[in-house]
Amino acid sequence: MSCCGTNPGYQELDEVSRLVSSRLAAFLKTLRDSGFAVGLAEGQDAAELMTASYAAKPGLLRSAFKHLFSARKSDWEKFDGIFDAFWLGKRVRSRSMTMGASKAANNPSLKTLADGQRSSGETAMDQVSSTDDVGADRTGEGRMEGASRADNLAEVDFRKLADPAQIEQAHEAAARLARAMRTRLTRRDLARRRGYRLDLRRTIHGNISHGGVPIDLVRRRRKTKPLRLVMLLDASGSMSMYTGIFLRFIHGVLDQFREAEAFLFHTRLAHVSDAMKEKDAARALDRLSILAQGAGGGTRIGESLQTFNRWHASRVIHSRTVVMIVSDGYETGDAALLGREMAALGRRCRRIVWLNPMMAWEGYAPEAAGIKAALRHVDLYAPANTLNSLTALEPYLAKL
Amino acid sequence: MKNREEIAQALAASGYIADGELATAISLMQLLRRPLLLEGEAGVGKTEVAKALASVHATELIRLQCYEGLDQSAALYEWNYQRQLLSIQAHRGDNPDDVEHQIFSEKYLLERPLLAAIRRDKPPVLLIDEIDRADDEFEAFLLELLSDFQVSIPELGTITATTIPHVVLTSNGTRELSDALRRRCLYHYVDYPDADREARIIMARIDGASASLSLQIARMVEGVRKEELRKVPGVAETLDWAAALVGLDVRDLHDAPETVHETLMCLLKTHEDKSRVTREVSERLLGKVA
Repeated sequence: MSCCGTNPGYQELDEVSRLVSSRLAAFLKTLRDSGFAVGLAEGQDAAELMTASYAAKPGLLRSAFKHLFSARKSDWEKFDGIFDAFWLGKRVRSRSMTMGASKAANNPSLKTLADGQRSSGETAMDQVSSTDDVGADRTGEGRMEGASRADNLAEVDFRKLADPAQIEQAHEAAARLARAMRTRLTRRDLARRRGYRLDLRRTIHGNISHGGVPIDLVRRRRKTKPLRLVMLLDASGSMSMYTGIFLRFIHGVLDQFREAEAFLFHTRLAHVSDAMKEKDAARALDRLSILAQGAGGGTRIGESLQTFNRWHASRVIHSRTVVMIVSDGYETGDAALLGREMAALGRRCRRIVWLNPMMAWEGYAPEAAGIKAALRHVDLYAPANTLNSLTALEPYLAKL
Repeated sequence: MKNREEIAQALAASGYIADGELATAISLMQLLRRPLLLEGEAGVGKTEVAKALASVHATELIRLQCYEGLDQSAALYEWNYQRQLLSIQAHRGDNPDDVEHQIFSEKYLLERPLLAAIRRDKPPVLLIDEIDRADDEFEAFLLELLSDFQVSIPELGTITATTIPHVVLTSNGTRELSDALRRRCLYHYVDYPDADREARIIMARIDGASASLSLQIARMVEGVRKEELRKVPGVAETLDWAAALVGLDVRDLHDAPETVHETLMCLLKTHEDKSRVTREVSERLLGKVA
């Protein structure tokens, strides 16, 4: 900056900054470890701020650094704690390890499933590598949303996540991924680089009054219906390890304006779009747990689909609708009914996507009578047990 | 260039009651020449920040409202086709090269906000509102413009910025912004003001609102925000409500619980919210207001 070059005390300041620069570098590392996307340019700017008058008061420097290094609301909220811990030696309260484990054990509601709690009998033997290296290598990531922020999480099966902090990270990534997909998939109109094509006939006709000189141009318009997503999530006991993350995913897909609907089923079907449109994820899950009592029991997919076809389909399905069923296909009801209802659903909507988290398990084959009957009517049968497999869905959906 | 204290004073003089950190953000914008990204719920006054900034720098505010499908011709520049056609008609028979040269000159160029912002004599404030509503592609284009501050128009050549505008971006979080854009910008999260600050905002904006009434209103609104509402009232709604109460000659909320309940419609904008805040709820909230 030109302003600093003219500063007479520049050399002295340079000396000072050499002393702090190693400390600053350590701070940048701390930030990166905490998930901040801090690049070289930010480091230089920070060094410049320290030589400018901002370093005079810690409060001022903290505020300046906070604006510089934060990139999203979560960064903004945790920055002060990290700064104080590093520069002022205050202790940060660690929040991640105290997420209501005792409360959850006796009362396995949907909310606790979504918080990532495992049932108490299960041991955490599958725990993957510690969170320390998560996010260490964040710089230089490009425009990949969601999954890229936690590269090493992207390939981990959701059921193998055991550490609460890691589960929280995966949930956040799923929600971000969903938001990115939602906007791109349900967009009504692509950016018009070249403008709409001219409608020559109507242009000439409309300009007869100008002696045929085309002054008012008439352009063709596209009439496309946006893609609508209808999600049916299996919340039965056999799916409990995945319910949490898919709830967060659905919460991300739905919002007030876009075309998406969500249903939850186990032994019966519940329409949960309204509850899921609650902005705050935790609050949405609270409302859900009231709606979806009995979650965690058996599954009657066939009957649930029958209810869907009978009462909801005509309202929520139009010609450009993709129905996404997330289930392991362990049907405790009548398999023939499931087949019939899947056929009926297939006639109505554009595509049926069946996501089965168990598909990627070693040795899993769709042997159950239920899923065999259903698969005949499914357009895409895909695994959905990692963040990457969720990301892989988007190109398929985008083509519809 | 102004220092932090001067900015804080200028903000106050412009009628914008800022939280403490905003002045830092604005002084950093000048020092580091980075755009400022404001995030926050709808109705917390993000757009107002840009207006206040324009008055701090005593300069013009150029606003680009983003929407789905926003493209370069609406954001950057467009040729004035109708005029070009008329000109071709008028010069029929002239040397075609001359005509072509003429119709692709500055005279026929329509400036849109982004081009206007880099061609002013005095650096304006460029407000890119609700960037999350625009598409990924537009965001990438914007990122390029914000780093180079030059625009290339095929028929005319490259236009380099005469001044670097003060850029403010706002986002409501309907779409996830790219990490690249986030990193390029300074970040400031705008929260709902606390009761004290909201009371000062009411006093600054509504004539005839006394200090005690303003504080009562602000505390009441704070309580309403904590209810489970679909649409949480923003600062603009608070101001509407304060204006309504002042207009109805209410001096103290406790004197007129009926009026308070009836005018709550200024704050509650959906049927669901309205039915949720019943008379009992509004009385309970009023009871908490000292």
